[in-house]
Amino acid sequence: MFADLPLLSLLVWLPIIGGVAVLLSGDKGDANGVRVLSLVISVATFLLSIGLYTGFDSSTSSMQFVEKHAWIPAFNINYHFGVDGFSMPLIILTTFTTILVVLAGWEVIKKKPAQYLAAFLIMEGLMVAVFAALDAIFFYVFWEAMLVPMFILIGVWGGERRVYATIKFFIYTFIGSVFMLVALIYMYYKGGSFAILDMHALPLTLNEQILIFLAFLAAFAVKVPMWPVHTWLPDAHVEAPTGGSVILAAIMLKIGGYGFIRFSMPITPDAAQALDWLIILMSLVAVVYIGFVALVQRDMKKLVAYSSIAHMGFVTLGLFVVFQIWEDPANAAGGGAALAVEGAMIQMISHGFISGAMFLMIGVLYDRMHTREISAYGGVVHTMPVFAGFAVFFAMANAGLPGTSGFVGEFMVILASFQANFWYAFLAALTLILGAAYTLWMVKRVFYGEIANDGVRALKDLNSREFVIMAILAVAVLVLGLWPAPVIDVMHATVENFLQHIAASKL
Amino acid sequence: MTLESLNIAIALPEIFLLVMACLILIVDVFLPPEKRNLTYVLTQLSLLVALFLLLNNPSEGRMLAFNDLFVQDAMADALKLFIIIISFGVFVYSREYLQARNIFKGEFYVLGLFSIVGMMLMVSANNLLMLYLGLELLSLCLYALVAFNRDNGNASEAAMKYFILGAIASGMLLYGMSILYGLSGSLQLSEIAEAVMQTSQEGNAQRIGLIFALVFIVVALAFKLGAVPFHMWMPDVYHGSPTAVTALIGTAPKLAGFAMIMRLLVEALGGLQADWQQMIIVLSVLSLAVGNIIAIAQTNLKRMLAYSTISHVGFIMLGILAGTSEGYSSAMFYTISYAIMSLGGFGIIMLMARQGFEADKITDLAGLNQRSPWFAFIMMVLMLSMAGVPPTVGFWAKLAVLTAVVEVDLVWMAIIAVFFSIIGIFYYLRIIKVMYFDDAVDTRPLECGRDMQIALSTNGLAILALGFYPAALMSLCVSVFS
Repeated sequence: MFADLPLLSLLVWLPIIGGVAVLLSGDKGDANGVRVLSLVISVATFLLSIGLYTGFDSSTSSMQFVEKHAWIPAFNINYHFGVDGFSMPLIILTTFTTILVVLAGWEVIKKKPAQYLAAFLIMEGLMVAVFAALDAIFFYVFWEAMLVPMFILIGVWGGERRVYATIKFFIYTFIGSVFMLVALIYMYYKGGSFAILDMHALPLTLNEQILIFLAFLAAFAVKVPMWPVHTWLPDAHVEAPTGGSVILAAIMLKIGGYGFIRFSMPITPDAAQALDWLIILMSLVAVVYIGFVALVQRDMKKLVAYSSIAHMGFVTLGLFVVFQIWEDPANAAGGGAALAVEGAMIQMISHGFISGAMFLMIGVLYDRMHTREISAYGGVVHTMPVFAGFAVFFAMANAGLPGTSGFVGEFMVILASFQANFWYAFLAALTLILGAAYTLWMVKRVFYGEIANDGVRALKDLNSREFVIMAILAVAVLVLGLWPAPVIDVMHATVENFLQHIAASKL
Repeated sequence: MTLESLNIAIALPEIFLLVMACLILIVDVFLPPEKRNLTYVLTQLSLLVALFLLLNNPSEGRMLAFNDLFVQDAMADALKLFIIIISFGVFVYSREYLQARNIFKGEFYVLGLFSIVGMMLMVSANNLLMLYLGLELLSLCLYALVAFNRDNGNASEAAMKYFILGAIASGMLLYGMSILYGLSGSLQLSEIAEAVMQTSQEGNAQRIGLIFALVFIVVALAFKLGAVPFHMWMPDVYHGSPTAVTALIGTAPKLAGFAMIMRLLVEALGGLQADWQQMIIVLSVLSLAVGNIIAIAQTNLKRMLAYSTISHVGFIMLGILAGTSEGYSSAMFYTISYAIMSLGGFGIIMLMARQGFEADKITDLAGLNQRSPWFAFIMMVLMLSMAGVPPTVGFWAKLAVLTAVVEVDLVWMAIIAVFFSIIGIFYYLRIIKVMYFDDAVDTRPLECGRDMQIALSTNGLAILALGFYPAALMSLCVSVFS
């Protein structure tokens, strides 16, 4: 039934146009109307995106739902959308998460709700477009445009140091991406095309590849974010409103990981191989060092922000450990490489659910107590038993408990790393201990023990809206943890093709 | 010589505007102050008619008139089109601003029209004399306009600076032109081009003389456009002039300046491309650096826009120094989009200004989102476009220029340019920050006429529309140089 529709265009433009409509409806009238309209738009977008899954042919690695129209003939830039096994799950994650953030801001946002919701809807369309774009400049346009609503969101609805945080966020990301722009232009000059798939096939010398790889690294490492360019993330997360944090953690960070898969590795495979030690090093530092940093945080949001960085370390580790797996000829034919890449993908999706859930949880507490300091809480379980149940569950998932989605991706990546180097796997596996330590310790301090103060004593448990959000996420985490096969299946052909492509040298 | 051989019809828009300017001058003398609106209406009508005349007679190839003094080609068509449209916008924006300050006088419009004629003559110059006359007609009108608000000390100071530095630049230009004339024996651009080709090929002693002339001409061009290190006048003039005049200086004349560079450096001195390329690289890098860095320190919005202009001039020069038709068309695209953006920027300043209040400090924008979400949005689009963030036209302008530079293997120049635009983004973001994140000090709603609202909204939306669909303007620019 979806075969004839330009599905991807709909997924991009429905939320954007809907967002503009919400914006125009203004903040003067009834705020509820605006909320309902936003919810309807986000749910409709999500339902449409299900069409991507049902209509997806998982036996092929080629692009599907392709739309291509000339846009700027002078530069051979096309309006070019398409998805494969990498981008399709991430698009669905985006549309799914947007519903939750619309719900999460329901009564909480009192200041200009129309502008707030419109920013999320417009951002949703832009993020879907980033995942679906197959033309590099088209991609870049959305990649940059996406920053603007987030900039406004943090700056207007954020916490005390919001201006500092949001400008830091914007400038960090902008610095990274302009060098990517120069690299893209250079490849256009070499190959005469901005199509990403043409760039995959473009022959480049090792020197060119290394420079291009570094330019991409500047863009994507900031976005992921990788140590040592991660410092914007804790600031942005702490100051952002709950919905903004959720989108940042659940989707925007994934765009960095997606960038490695879509650009860096296939376009510059030899440079990726030559510099894989660098990325692996940065990833392991993120996993171990940032894990320790998370341990000492006093602010809950900061703690989860650092835990995000550590978890994203698994994504980059899984992607780049592939080259070292292949160094041992015995592994060349095996499935270790596919395991690593699929593990990285699962980790991205799972982290989308779990980090989203963690930030929403903190949001629930913050809305009631207006503080995120761990020390301001204690004994919340006595007044909010249902909420505490969810909190323990999501904390376990964040720590990588088997049966939750957090376990699957990390386990796959650790397993694959063994084939490359025992110590990679050893260091990566430390996260299971560290993750458990910082997450569970936080839960212990916030939820257990005696009731700390009168504020906690007066807390009311989840209302039905919050319960629904938490329940949906809990189901998602459980389903992906117990039965990840459907997600792995849709990406399998794409992963195989991806591995073949990056195994072949361009030199 | 018969009248027919002059081909007067080709210059019809200029002739018409000139006649109208004289007519309006006379009409205005007899108007009582309360009927001054007639001057305004007549001015705008003459611009519209000139636009119609221009569009009605598109050039077919290169058409020459007045014994080859005057040329009408595709570039002239396109640039004049935008000069007229943008000047029209400036007059719309400035009406209420001038009325509120009791300087709603006929001189503004008459001098404005003369300066527009000057710009159009510069664009169509095919002869050094013509170019110089056009430039002086433009400059003299602008000098007078800067000092137009006689009681304002800042304005008088700015006018003095502008006049002296402008006169020095004109002197430099004349000196360079005279050497050029001495060496080539002609004032016609095409004949100079031939002479330069021969001289520079032989590698004889005259080449030194040519380069000597070139240096003076490049310095004069840099003065007029405001490239570092010849930019000193810009912040003061932008700051000191009444905003209506700043808008007149900061928008359409950049298009004429671009045409002047094309006519002089590319058409006449194309044979010395390797030499002027090096000079422009220096000017361009310095402009990008100084413009972007010093803009950060500004607290006055008009001064900030002046420094931002300097950095944009650096980008325009970047396109020109590529020395390819892609480079020229990208520079033209950049100049046109820049003129539209800065028109909007000055429009917002005039929108916020009212009687006795200039609204030219950055802090005056505080909380604009609370006072008028729509115009805050327009200003945000303008700032993002100047910063080069998609989906605005400013991004495509930068992309086009960078592509042209990379295509001539100057990747390092592209990297320098993006590096300084990172620095630049900070002060544009600060404007957005002030508008959206800070609380309004002055919570009075903005009041302005319907015409201003429509024009400013169109201006802002045009930047977005060109951002979504830049292909039409881009292919126009490409076709000019193919």
